[in-house]
Amino acid sequence: MDRPIRVLVSKPGLDGHDRGAKVIARALRDAGMEVIYTGLRQTPEQIVNAAIQEDVDCIAMSILSGAHNTLLPKVVELLKVENVDDILVIGGGVIPDEDIPFLKEKGIEEVFTPGTPTSVTIDYIKENIKRK
Amino acid sequence: MDLGERLLKGEKRAVARLISMAENHDNEAIEILKNLYKKTGNAHVIGITGPPGAGKSTLTDKLVKALRREGKKVGVIAVDPTSPFTGGSILGDRVRMNELSIDPGVFIRSMGTRGHLGGLSKATAAAVKILDIYGVDYIFIETVGVGQSEVDIAKNADTTLMVMVPGLGDDIQAIKAGIMEIGDVFAVNKADRDGAKRTATEIEMMLDFNKSDWRPPVQKVIAVNNQGIDELLEHIKEHMSHLKETGKLQKKRTENSKIEIIDLIQQKLMQMILDKSSKEEMVNQLAEEVALRKYDPYSAAETVLENMKNS
Repeated sequence: MDRPIRVLVSKPGLDGHDRGAKVIARALRDAGMEVIYTGLRQTPEQIVNAAIQEDVDCIAMSILSGAHNTLLPKVVELLKVENVDDILVIGGGVIPDEDIPFLKEKGIEEVFTPGTPTSVTIDYIKENIKRK
Repeated sequence: MDLGERLLKGEKRAVARLISMAENHDNEAIEILKNLYKKTGNAHVIGITGPPGAGKSTLTDKLVKALRREGKKVGVIAVDPTSPFTGGSILGDRVRMNELSIDPGVFIRSMGTRGHLGGLSKATAAAVKILDIYGVDYIFIETVGVGQSEVDIAKNADTTLMVMVPGLGDDIQAIKAGIMEIGDVFAVNKADRDGAKRTATEIEMMLDFNKSDWRPPVQKVIAVNNQGIDELLEHIKEHMSHLKETGKLQKKRTENSKIEIIDLIQQKLMQMILDKSSKEEMVNQLAEEVALRKYDPYSAAETVLENMKNS
């Protein structure tokens, strides 16, 4: 592919810790991707609007507050409302293993928990974006 | 329905996709822009430049909000640097414009420079046209914001807003060529800090040498507190009125169009020459020889051009 992959890195919800998101953003940058970083405390509406305007290939959300079961599926729902079906949606952060099947069922395509090497995330994005 | 029609209907996804296609040198986007070019030229294009950390994004956020209160539609193009090593980039200007994300009358797009120098991306001019066709009243272009040579914005905007902050240097900075020459309106941001008055005075002194019939106004602002924003916006609008009344708008746009045509010719020629010589691995071979001092770069360039002529 001769164009850079564009990824929206975002922090939904109310927690104020974005170190993990920034580490991921930097790793994706170093892998040659264009990372649009939106900063803290984003609503699902803000995330979806930004993703559409920025025409991203992937939405990567980091969440530590425990609100993942509410906020992450909401993003997928809003994308459906907007008829967007070609953006890969992934999540990461402090997410208990037992919640992951539910999130996947709701359309979060992969979930990366603490300790995942950044290379795993990078490879996953490269192999799974929907537009070539 | 094709992308051009969807753009005319005001569909945001069409705007977004067309900008991506322009960034990726997709010919379909160029064809669409050719057909719709007549519909451009209505938006007031405002360039925002200045050193990193001067508060360009915060200022843009406040100016856009002021225009939204007047019911205007606004587009924002925010340019950030691309890594020369990996081609990746962090585009982080949306962080200061979060509330605008959900405003249906605002379209914000981040762009990496992708190797282009001068403070913009090569596709910025195309993105401006796309937003113009989409129907916004104002387009803000926020440049990368480094160094003293980010002057491309002056060739892409109707009004260039130069954002300065106190404490950046002595008065010799103000008389150097380059960046300080392109401001049509000056904002001294973070005006609650020490030295703001002095910075404003130094800019005014530099402007005393200004020979044009437009004397750039210098406005002190505190963007985070929304202070001085309405006054600044007024100056920006006055500049546009001045351009229109004096016939300078037409002149400026003619000059900018000429630069754009020449740039496009350069890009096309470059592409043609490199396509042909890279097929023949010519440039790579010559580069090796030049690096080993078997050959000189001047003759190498001539060889590539000769090869082009003979084909």
